[in-house]
Amino acid sequence: MTIQDIQHDIVDEFALFDDWMQRYEYMIELGKSLPLIDPASKTDDLLIKGCQSKVWMKADLVDDKIVFTADSEAIITKGIIAILIRVFSNQRPDSILSANTSFIDQIGLKEHLSPTRANGLASMLNQMKYYALAYQSKLSS
Amino acid sequence: MTTSSLFFDVEEIRKDFPILNRKVNGQPLVYFDNAATSQKPQQVIDAIVNYYQNYNANIHRGVHALSQEATESYENARKTLQKHFNAPKVEDIILTSGTTHAINLVASGYTKFLKTGDEIIVSALEHHSNIVPWQMLCERTGSTLKVIPMAQDGTLKFSAFTQLLNDNTKLVFVNHVSNTLGTINPIKKMIDATHRYGAKILIDGAQACSHVKVDVQALDVDYYVTSAHKMCGPTGVGLLYGKTKLLETLPPYQGGGEMISEVTFEKTTYADLPHKFEAGTPNICGGIAFGAAVDYLNHIGLDEIAAYENDLLIYATEQLIKIEGLRIYGPTQDKTAVISFNVENIHPYDLGVLLDKMGIAVRTGQHCTQPIMDFYSIPGTVRASFAFYNTKTEIDLFVTAVKKAVMMLA
Repeated sequence: MTIQDIQHDIVDEFALFDDWMQRYEYMIELGKSLPLIDPASKTDDLLIKGCQSKVWMKADLVDDKIVFTADSEAIITKGIIAILIRVFSNQRPDSILSANTSFIDQIGLKEHLSPTRANGLASMLNQMKYYALAYQSKLSS
Repeated sequence: MTTSSLFFDVEEIRKDFPILNRKVNGQPLVYFDNAATSQKPQQVIDAIVNYYQNYNANIHRGVHALSQEATESYENARKTLQKHFNAPKVEDIILTSGTTHAINLVASGYTKFLKTGDEIIVSALEHHSNIVPWQMLCERTGSTLKVIPMAQDGTLKFSAFTQLLNDNTKLVFVNHVSNTLGTINPIKKMIDATHRYGAKILIDGAQACSHVKVDVQALDVDYYVTSAHKMCGPTGVGLLYGKTKLLETLPPYQGGGEMISEVTFEKTTYADLPHKFEAGTPNICGGIAFGAAVDYLNHIGLDEIAAYENDLLIYATEQLIKIEGLRIYGPTQDKTAVISFNVENIHPYDLGVLLDKMGIAVRTGQHCTQPIMDFYSIPGTVRASFAFYNTKTEIDLFVTAVKKAVMMLA
């Protein structure tokens, strides 16, 4: 599936919720279902700066696609990560770099993009794009 | 526990704060982040608007009417602050951009006085703004930083403090009230102990001044600093009180206009206090509004405020501790109306996000006090801090919201 298709699906799913509580309950569920990174692998070099709760993110190149794994201390943050991973993991670096992220607004999570929230949704997105940029230049060299 | 509510009409007081009428995420705002900054009453907002609408001018130099009115109003605010803090002289009050600026002003000045082997003592309860400037001072001078340890209950170990004091101690820095835990430190005892070794002490009053009446002469404190914005005043203004003879010997912090007496390219002589430390055009409007804020607090009465807030603190504590797995950090007595807590297996950030969705503003995180978080081995806390315009009804809404959030996160 393309990044755009996945984003469409997510927007459709979120449209089913009536209020913020259902949205957040869903994100909490997603957070709980996100595979954990084992504690030994949670090294400081994987930490994303700018998050109020600690977030570790790893990116591996499998064939020509990037596989993201991430974890956080906070469950809502994990829910947000789970959504981002669903969108961007198993995608080619150039697709990740050119993807637009307006779906975040459409599913009512735009408030988490505000730098004052310091929860790092913006930082996580940036980090994913940095990894994509790094792997893209690796692939093209 | 008090009869404060008989004299204290919170509904009347709330009418002074227009922001309390607004909604957040469709819910009436419950503002429990007062330790970060307080809300502003109409009287302070009016002082700001009145200044810009009617007599905005630069001060201390103009001969025209507006400049004189602005100068008079600014200097009257300084007198209000002098009186409020009971400083011996009006020039002992230096207006700064806030507590952090005031601390840095003193720390910078001591570069000249300290040498290798000298010791500086800070407490484990300090805000980063009262740790980092002293670390930088130690780096510049070769002095050593010592730390007063804290106990499990969030109080400082006073006996450990007296053991740290010695003839090499030159400076002690401690906050009056901990921003994270609300601990009221025994500053009078600490000031007296410090003076027995001939050292000087700076008290960071940022978290105290909206709850406690401070008398700098009764305390015999060397330096006292605070910010207006936690006292119903605007951001960007605060003060440094210093004993006259100490301020006279302390070198200027920044060079510029206002702070000079004579300038030639060979030598500049500095202005007298307080202008020596007030380089450049000050925050004129902020200073005037700071005065208005102190007048407002005194109109309500700090003793009444303290008693009422203590009622809120006790009420909220009683409700919160009924929640399973909830732990409050900090002392049970001698604290301001701050509750720093966590719920077992729940990250404070998650709780904060859900409370916000329910219209409740709290602070989550480390509160710029990483050493306290490390002490308790926690990533952060949820901090609810109350002010005299908060109500028990709001506490009920807050407690219900915490329960709901815990249910969602469990």
